[in-house]
Amino acid sequence: MERNQLRRQVALTRQSLFDQGFLDEQFIQLEELQDDANPNFVEEVVSLHYRDSARLISNIEKALEKNPLDFNKLDGYMHQFKGSSSSIGAKKVKAECTLFREYCKAGNGEGCMRTFQQIKKEYATLKRKLETYFQLARQAGPADTACRPK
Amino acid sequence: MMENGFSSPRNDSFPAGLRVLVVDDDPTWLKILEKMLKRCSYEVTTCGLARDALNLLRERKGGYDIVISDVYMPDMDGFKLLEHVGLEMDLPVIMMSVDGETSRVMKGVQHGACDYLLKPIRMKELRNIWQHVFRKKIHEVRDIEILEGIESFQMTRNGSDLYEDGHFLCGEDLTLIKKRKDIESKHDEKDIGDNTSAKKARVVWSVELHQKFVKAVNQIGFDKVGPKKILDLMNVPRLTRENVASHLQKYRLYLSRLQKGNDFNNPVGMIKQSDSPLSDSAGSFGSQNSINLQPTDVSNGCYGFSVSSLVLHNVDPRSHNGDRKILVTTPVAEPKRGVTVDAPNPRKPRISQMEFGHPLAPHFNDGFSHLPMPGQKQLTRADYPQPARAISSAHSLTEREIGCPVKIKPSRNDYGSNASHVSSTANAVDSIPLQTKTNSTNHQVSSTSSMENQGLNMNCLTDVESSRKNINLGMPPFAPLDEDLQVRFVPGDYYMNLGLQNIEVPEYFDPSLLTDVPIHLNDGLRFDYEFYDPTEYSLIDQSLFI
Repeated sequence: MERNQLRRQVALTRQSLFDQGFLDEQFIQLEELQDDANPNFVEEVVSLHYRDSARLISNIEKALEKNPLDFNKLDGYMHQFKGSSSSIGAKKVKAECTLFREYCKAGNGEGCMRTFQQIKKEYATLKRKLETYFQLARQAGPADTACRPK
Repeated sequence: MMENGFSSPRNDSFPAGLRVLVVDDDPTWLKILEKMLKRCSYEVTTCGLARDALNLLRERKGGYDIVISDVYMPDMDGFKLLEHVGLEMDLPVIMMSVDGETSRVMKGVQHGACDYLLKPIRMKELRNIWQHVFRKKIHEVRDIEILEGIESFQMTRNGSDLYEDGHFLCGEDLTLIKKRKDIESKHDEKDIGDNTSAKKARVVWSVELHQKFVKAVNQIGFDKVGPKKILDLMNVPRLTRENVASHLQKYRLYLSRLQKGNDFNNPVGMIKQSDSPLSDSAGSFGSQNSINLQPTDVSNGCYGFSVSSLVLHNVDPRSHNGDRKILVTTPVAEPKRGVTVDAPNPRKPRISQMEFGHPLAPHFNDGFSHLPMPGQKQLTRADYPQPARAISSAHSLTEREIGCPVKIKPSRNDYGSNASHVSSTANAVDSIPLQTKTNSTNHQVSSTSSMENQGLNMNCLTDVESSRKNINLGMPPFAPLDEDLQVRFVPGDYYMNLGLQNIEVPEYFDPSLLTDVPIHLNDGLRFDYEFYDPTEYSLIDQSLFI
């Protein structure tokens, strides 16, 4: 009984991540790739992403401290970060990345910095939500989680 | 970072077991792609660095079927990697990126990517990547044929100076050439317009040029050869290293096919086994500079290349005897039924495809042993021989024949004279009459096809995946002819195939199609065939005309 409730909780949490635009289709692809051979695939990928993006974020931060700003370099870093974010389906984060690159192209340092703050915020939010979700999922036990939103 | 999934050629049903090399500096994507590709039943090797990828590819030539690479990589630009892979290994490369800007995609295509995927990549996109491998194989065969065609052509012309004078070009030819030029210039214009970066000039590998090339190769020594060295020796203005590199690839592949052909001639019992034409050729390279149909020469394998064509033929019972003009020897990679030059053959190209399946199997590097067998029309002809499109109705043979370059001597008289010339030499005699008639010829070739795995895994095609560039029949739907190897052939209506058994004229040399052939073929084809093994040839001879 408790189990079922938990399961339902997990499903709802998961659904809200999609509904609120934090995650997109790519996340579902990851879930679909999870199988007996890789039972923790999704979590592993997400962890990998965190590790890589931490490095990228720090690169960007350092680059933003330079004066004058090297927009090409910034764009390059952001391109990488965006790629990494796309791998787990981090929808909001990705959108901010695109905005950042637009500012880079326009040579707008102000815009870049502002957007970067936003990116960090979204990134932190998503990370938190996903961690909650995974924890819940582990508690509820193995279940079929891959189902398309709506 | 480098996981090694290398293994020997797949034996299972294609495309399962396709050997994919994935290159991406993003570890997350690398992990995801690996899983996805494994789901497709592909064999995956991952690499986080472009350099590592190149090393892997070089170490294991023929160990991979396709490369998927991200555009952005810290140690090397993805496009650069793409170029390297194209030039050195001639594998199909798929680019990917989170950035889908048109300009980037265009750049990818220009550098020779056979596809450009946007991240996030979907399973269904990955499932279909095998088509690129398949397509390339098909085109490779065509290229080889072209090359062989040149050589065979060269051989026949020996002895007569007609080509040099350019007299052989009759009115029809000229029109062809002219038209071809028009088409090409159209392509050029378009390309120039689109191309912001330096566009490689198209190089047409005329016989003369090829001869210089071969001479240079011989001089350097086949083993030590490299595009730069060749380029320097050739000393041709405006020829680029890339042009040479791509031509070299094709040449190597061609030679490897020949060699392979030797190994495969069991069924026919003729060709000397394991006799490497390469070694032979290396030895005899440079010793003769013209194709003289003298007894020694004949044995020497001017016909050697026929091996390759022989190779690819499934002993296909269908032979179209009859009104076919045999034009060129394009070693047919597939069981060819004689090619008719002029008569538009109602046979659908598809047929060839079916045939293709089988004989080509060995041909592929890693043994796509399960190419659709003849009879299975599952092959999507998709963009398969594009140039052939226009002629498809015209020729029953596979588009493969496109390679038939060769200038064809329009008049039978010539043939006659050549014939006699040839007949003075050894085995050729038999073949001639047969050739005249039809082309039952090369069909004897059976398994020789797999030239490929010779160890010389050099695929001819370089940057641009499609060999279309070489198949220049001037067909309207001409694939953008990328630089180099543009072998233009002047289809003639009759090619004297003296003793060049596998010379088959692609059917599409339909006179009406002749409009496209460029003129430069006129430059006297001189070709060094020395590397053909004489004995092989004689054997081939006999078996060919069964």
